[in-house]
Amino acid sequence: MSTHTATADHHHDAHDHRQSFVDRWFFSTNHKDIGTLYLLFSFVMFIIGAAMSVVIRLELAVPGLQHVSPHFFNQMTTMHALVMIFGGVMPAFVGLANWMIPLQIGAPDMALPRMNNWSFWILPFAFAMLLMTLFLPGGGPGGGWTLYPPLSLQFGQATAFTIFAIHMMGISSIMGAINVIATILNMRAPGIDLLKMPIFCWTWLITAFLLIAVMPVLAGAVTMLLTDKFFATSFFNAAGGGDPVMYQHIFWFFGHPEVYIMILPAFGVVSEIIPTFSRKPLFGYQAMVYATAAIAFLSFIVWAHHMFTVGMPLGGEIYFMFATMLIAIPTGVKVFNWVTTMWRGSISFEAPMLWSIAFVILFSIGGFSGLMLAIVPADFQYHDTYFVVAHFHYVLVTGALFGIIAAVYYWWPKWTGRMYNETAAKFHFWWTMVFVNLLFFPQHFLGLAGMPRRIPDYNVVFADWNLVSSIGAFGMFVTPFLMFGILFHSLKKGAIAPARPWESARGLEWTVPSPAPHHTFATPPVIRDGDLAHGDVSH
Amino acid sequence: MRQARFSRWGLAVLAWLPFAALAAGPSPWQLNMGRGVTESSRHAYDAHMLALIICVVIGAVVFAAMGYAMFKFRHSKGAVPDTSFTHSTKLEVLWTVVPVILLVIMAVPATAKLIAMYDTRDSQMTVKVTGAQWLWKYEYLGENVEIVSRLDNESNRLRQDPHVTRAQLDAHPSYLLDVDNPLVLPVNTKIRFVITADDVIHSWWVPALGWKQDAIPGLINEAWTDIKEPGIYRGQCAELCGKDHAFMPIVVKAVPQEEFAVWLASQKAAGSAPDAPSQIPGQGDTRERSVDPDMIDDVQEGEEPTAPQAPAAAPADAASAG
Repeated sequence: MSTHTATADHHHDAHDHRQSFVDRWFFSTNHKDIGTLYLLFSFVMFIIGAAMSVVIRLELAVPGLQHVSPHFFNQMTTMHALVMIFGGVMPAFVGLANWMIPLQIGAPDMALPRMNNWSFWILPFAFAMLLMTLFLPGGGPGGGWTLYPPLSLQFGQATAFTIFAIHMMGISSIMGAINVIATILNMRAPGIDLLKMPIFCWTWLITAFLLIAVMPVLAGAVTMLLTDKFFATSFFNAAGGGDPVMYQHIFWFFGHPEVYIMILPAFGVVSEIIPTFSRKPLFGYQAMVYATAAIAFLSFIVWAHHMFTVGMPLGGEIYFMFATMLIAIPTGVKVFNWVTTMWRGSISFEAPMLWSIAFVILFSIGGFSGLMLAIVPADFQYHDTYFVVAHFHYVLVTGALFGIIAAVYYWWPKWTGRMYNETAAKFHFWWTMVFVNLLFFPQHFLGLAGMPRRIPDYNVVFADWNLVSSIGAFGMFVTPFLMFGILFHSLKKGAIAPARPWESARGLEWTVPSPAPHHTFATPPVIRDGDLAHGDVSH
Repeated sequence: MRQARFSRWGLAVLAWLPFAALAAGPSPWQLNMGRGVTESSRHAYDAHMLALIICVVIGAVVFAAMGYAMFKFRHSKGAVPDTSFTHSTKLEVLWTVVPVILLVIMAVPATAKLIAMYDTRDSQMTVKVTGAQWLWKYEYLGENVEIVSRLDNESNRLRQDPHVTRAQLDAHPSYLLDVDNPLVLPVNTKIRFVITADDVIHSWWVPALGWKQDAIPGLINEAWTDIKEPGIYRGQCAELCGKDHAFMPIVVKAVPQEEFAVWLASQKAAGSAPDAPSQIPGQGDTRERSVDPDMIDDVQEGEEPTAPQAPAAAPADAASAG
């Protein structure tokens, strides 16, 4: 068994360098600890972002402006998105990458461990700066997370600090992405060819290229906002010869690949979990790799579908409509491959599988509304309405977030050496399923009925579905605490987990003990048949 | 007591009646997009329904397959996995080609509709729409008539009351969807719009007309409409434009052509000429304005106080005022 070689370094931990708390957690160079830091940070950010969404849905529960001023409401919608995207989803996936990529490729750590630590530690400071803007005179940014000028330039000091925070987050992401690419391309154990590599590593490799390509573009866009505001440039001010629409093009050139940055790792997670619980290898592994690459490539050439009402020339609108519709093809290929993985498998429904199945169904619903949004004549009615809000929350919450939750339940035994309580985890899943759909499905109807986005109050005719949606939100707010309770309980009282708690799981991470020792694969493992999910398959 | 005699059904009908007054507008528990009153809105609706139906069918097939698999191939019932069924080039080709065909079926009519919606040629009149924080200005080009259109007083009062009751809102069925001066337009006339803004990006949207177009400072966007049925059509600003984004609705009053001609003449006679560039509120605008609590908040928070319904300052100054 390859476990022998893989755990030879276990001995090191027995007499390990006794690190102080500060050394271990503030000056870490360990991919597992840094992964844990990212995941804990993202968990706290998810709760903060969710609290903001509770303020939003509280105001929107009934017509009339009962609780907050419109300006504060706009700050909530703006900050909710910034916190969830840059503080919740992205750091969670980086945390998963840190924990799992070295384990999956048989590497001792990430290629650049100190830069890895710095990448993490930038984030608490960046978000302290961002959240602090809520307490400035004039409040936080209130122009939407997309920061369109001229509106975003009307917000006093908040804009400046928001931009600085975004710069810091961008630097963190770029360094993290460099680390992922350097690690995957250089540190795979002998025998792990690229087309035998776990699919989670593939999706992260591709995501890392997207990050390096587009985070600098965001940095450029927000820097131009900064100089327009404080240094009298006119990039986006027509009176000075500039163009507000140019900002949108630059922003969305970042923004569209950004949404694929947020979903590709989830595709990878689900592609690891579904085969395990179907007891059958991932169907069409190579097709899945190529489809992911196709999605990534296409993601660069569709950005203006976020801008169909801005007054683009007809040719531009037609081109972006066609290109956007094309993304449905490789995405559909992935969905069909997941379903076919289950076909003629032997399926069990532990918590990671439940979350993954829900991902496939509900992300597909989000994908369908995305395809509808691509159709420009229809988009003229959907754009800037709750139909768009429904779409992106389906792909981000029941898509990306469900992928993160599935991954945590799946790899929890490996990280902690404990099993969570399966009944409690199933309760968490079903509770979430009810409330997440109550929360977001009616928003499709609201958009189709004509309710715009980013409004704190509305006509009575929109009241009924808004109340349903708000009830969904209040139920959802319980769920992170529920999950915390389940996982915390497992640390104390959970059953001891074996190295391979899921009998059909494949991958090098399952060849090391649970919990994984602080240092693993100090020497490269010898890969045996059956160790890898795609290692000894001819295709 | 009389009330006890009203059946629940009767009450439901009564509850719906105020919305009948909204004419071609949204209704409670509404599920689907409306068909609207123009060719463009019909195009939007048809494109929407085609895409929706195709997606529902694909979803039904895929989810049924998943459901079947979850049932038939359960480990708990002893299913044995077929670990050799791991790839199939034939299937990959099939489920790439079939979606391409479905996309073409959607894209072809959508392109035709989009070309039609962009065709502003041969219009019979032009209206200039200007978005400002937080109102709309409409100028009938060539007629020397301009209207300033703001949220109606009753809505403005209700939205500033944190203790407003549901009954009060129900008693004002066009809450947040009504204005003091609607945009009056003739039916069965191809009307071209030129759309811009004074300060930040807004967006002009009336769902019943079937399109929206951003109002961008420094740019002029074009659109057109041809309203087939007289009526009142309501819409809202559809691009976040600051704190009163939700409070600058749009009302289009579509009337027979003769009635429009009469109305336009009366507007000219009343001297509703476009404002001078300094954009002071028009003469004769003598409405009482209550002090906006938001304005007080602004001062307390250290912001520039902005009067709630005042026209905006010139664009360049506003952008750099911070």
